[in-house]
Amino acid sequence: MSQRVIEFIYKEENLRLSEPNFFRAEDLKPGEMIINLGPQHPSTHGVLRLEVLTDGETVKEVIPHMGYLHRCFEKHAEKLPYNQIIPFVDRLDYMAAMNSEHIFAMGVEKMLGIEDKIPKRTEYIRVLVAELNRIASHFIAVGTYAIDIGAVTPFLWLMRDREHINRMLEWVCGARMLYNYIWIGGLFYDLPVGFEERCREFVTYLRPKLKELQQLVINNKIFIERTANVGILPLNLAINYGISGPCLRASGLRYDLRRVDQYSVYPELDFDIPVGEGQVGTKGDCWDRNYVRVLECYESLKIIEQCLDQLCGNHKRTRDFDPQAIAPKKIRPKAMDFYIRGESPKGELGFFFRSTGTYDIPARVHGRSPCMMNLAVLPEISRGVMVADLIAILGSIDVVMGEIDR
Amino acid sequence: MTFDQIRIILTEKIGAEFVSGEDKGELQPQLNVHADSLRKVCSELLSNSDLYFDFLSSITAVDNGTSVNTFDLLYHLYSIPYNHSLVLKVTIPRGTDESLPSVDSICSVWQGANWQEREIYDMFGILFNDHPDLRRILLPEDWIGFPLRKDYQTQEFYHGIKVENPISN
Amino acid sequence: MNLSQAKTGSGGIVLTKLDDVVNWARLSSLWPMGFGIACCAIEMMGAYASGYDLDRFGVFPRPSPRQSDVMIVAGTVTFKMADRIRRLYEQMPEPRYVISMGSCSNCGGPYWEHGYHVVKGVDKIIPVDIYVPGCPPRPEALIGGFLKLQEKIRNEQNLSAPKAIQNLLNQKQASS
Repeated sequence: MSQRVIEFIYKEENLRLSEPNFFRAEDLKPGEMIINLGPQHPSTHGVLRLEVLTDGETVKEVIPHMGYLHRCFEKHAEKLPYNQIIPFVDRLDYMAAMNSEHIFAMGVEKMLGIEDKIPKRTEYIRVLVAELNRIASHFIAVGTYAIDIGAVTPFLWLMRDREHINRMLEWVCGARMLYNYIWIGGLFYDLPVGFEERCREFVTYLRPKLKELQQLVINNKIFIERTANVGILPLNLAINYGISGPCLRASGLRYDLRRVDQYSVYPELDFDIPVGEGQVGTKGDCWDRNYVRVLECYESLKIIEQCLDQLCGNHKRTRDFDPQAIAPKKIRPKAMDFYIRGESPKGELGFFFRSTGTYDIPARVHGRSPCMMNLAVLPEISRGVMVADLIAILGSIDVVMGEIDR
Repeated sequence: MTFDQIRIILTEKIGAEFVSGEDKGELQPQLNVHADSLRKVCSELLSNSDLYFDFLSSITAVDNGTSVNTFDLLYHLYSIPYNHSLVLKVTIPRGTDESLPSVDSICSVWQGANWQEREIYDMFGILFNDHPDLRRILLPEDWIGFPLRKDYQTQEFYHGIKVENPISN
Repeated sequence: MNLSQAKTGSGGIVLTKLDDVVNWARLSSLWPMGFGIACCAIEMMGAYASGYDLDRFGVFPRPSPRQSDVMIVAGTVTFKMADRIRRLYEQMPEPRYVISMGSCSNCGGPYWEHGYHVVKGVDKIIPVDIYVPGCPPRPEALIGGFLKLQEKIRNEQNLSAPKAIQNLLNQKQASS
């Protein structure tokens, strides 16, 4: 107890030295202000610092500063074997950990060449938990967005429903949030007995709740007034900036990597891809982005039902099914460079691997973060809006700082 | 469209001297490009109506180690309407502490490259010519060194706190 | 509970010590500054929400450090964030407490070995009262942390001037 001493030396100028402002006070014209929405702020969705140059109440320029959560994921990945990197991959996008693990495991399996040997039951379970996590991630996105807009009730209702998902995933793998469940070559455990029935009950429970959410938040007149025609993202700008996921689909392009790349068992499943159509306001505004997220929750429920049908029908549980059967003890891919991408709830999550062929430890792993690319467009679409609209635009992009800072 | 067809269309349009070779790896073939012809190749890939690579997925830098003494930069490009993909590879020499290695910036072609190149500068110390705003993005401005290089040594103290864990190493 | 149960007559009069009353008032309405940094912030939000309601303990998140009693450091502390945490801690008025939530802020967490940008424990920056282990700790663990903090406050005996005023008085005495 006595070894823990405060080593920190606090100096005033350290704040300015470690993250200097982009704008200088000497260059300001009369009426302009530099406002700092600092790393600790109720509505920056994590530790993001926005430096805003305003002319009165209108925003002229926004400079995001990040890196307050840089946890050296890529350096850890250069020192650990492939299967030990999975807990760190979890902690990148901590709201949708199963999706990140799924994409990482798929990439390593493709490098090893064992992606055809994965049993179908394992694939269906992976898609099932990934879609459950997608719903949980969208719930947090819409819930915290409603708090930013000023409504507290949707957050409490959505957290209640998210608790059900957390408890089910805890029943599956032991942890509520950061799972370490999808392993390279299989899974950690099989689904527990009775899980399929509970999951079906949950799906029938959740459908009317999504309808309630639409009535309470999405079709709410105040919400529409706050978010329609705000932060319009044109499609060509979105593609040039590399934006993906619900933000790109809200601008009108029906582009979903589950359909385009056709990975895992998604080709066998039947689901729609919702796009924004500008029903209230313009195509590509904040309302569209939230509406696309809510519609994607409906589609995820469809996918979950189909997976449950398969898991109770064709690929029923058998006594001798071992999810760790194909998981290799030594993961040593041949020397190659490989880039895998997949659709996480935030957009296109990609991993680049370079393996040497002689070690179990990769030579380089790079995570392509969808939130970082989505955030890069914030300065472009928030010129000339009010400060309150800036908060609305930032919330609708749905950033998770763990992924941006990696 | 396969990799060979893309290469043929590209070299027909701008000439074969800009492309320096290819690496037909196991799964994803790579097109090696000279460092000074990078911007020309990229703008051709975007504007050509048969190729139309409009989506820059990611830019990655890899340190090949102090014995080989080079950096590799990999560009992963996708085309949304045609649904084909391409990997470009640029190899640059390592440079010294005083003269950092540099390569052309492609922010004018794909604006999504802006922050990715800033991150590569932050982690590896590779400069990008004509970048609008090249400064550190993830680490503090007064951090010493470029962490993802293979020969990186963590600094001893930062603002009074010991950086390394006393138990490790 | 140290409040004496002796009641006088049939009216609502309780005999107790001033220390106990002040401590009881302080522990029954701890207002944390919501300072969620990383994954632990989501579990903290889950603890505030209706499943594991923290409002029944009097705990209600405040956005500003000037209006809060306790700071929950939830998530990994990095070197870039260290200065800002110190500044926020200095802005809180006394009596102030710090709960370190999660293994990243206790000791560096899973990033202890190769994390060059991770501070190995937030207690290198600010003094911590309660450590809540877990990665991330369940909301029940956070509630347990609050109950332990309430125990600590209950046993405090510091009905005295805050340190700043004490120092001023000492200086005045030394100079006079």
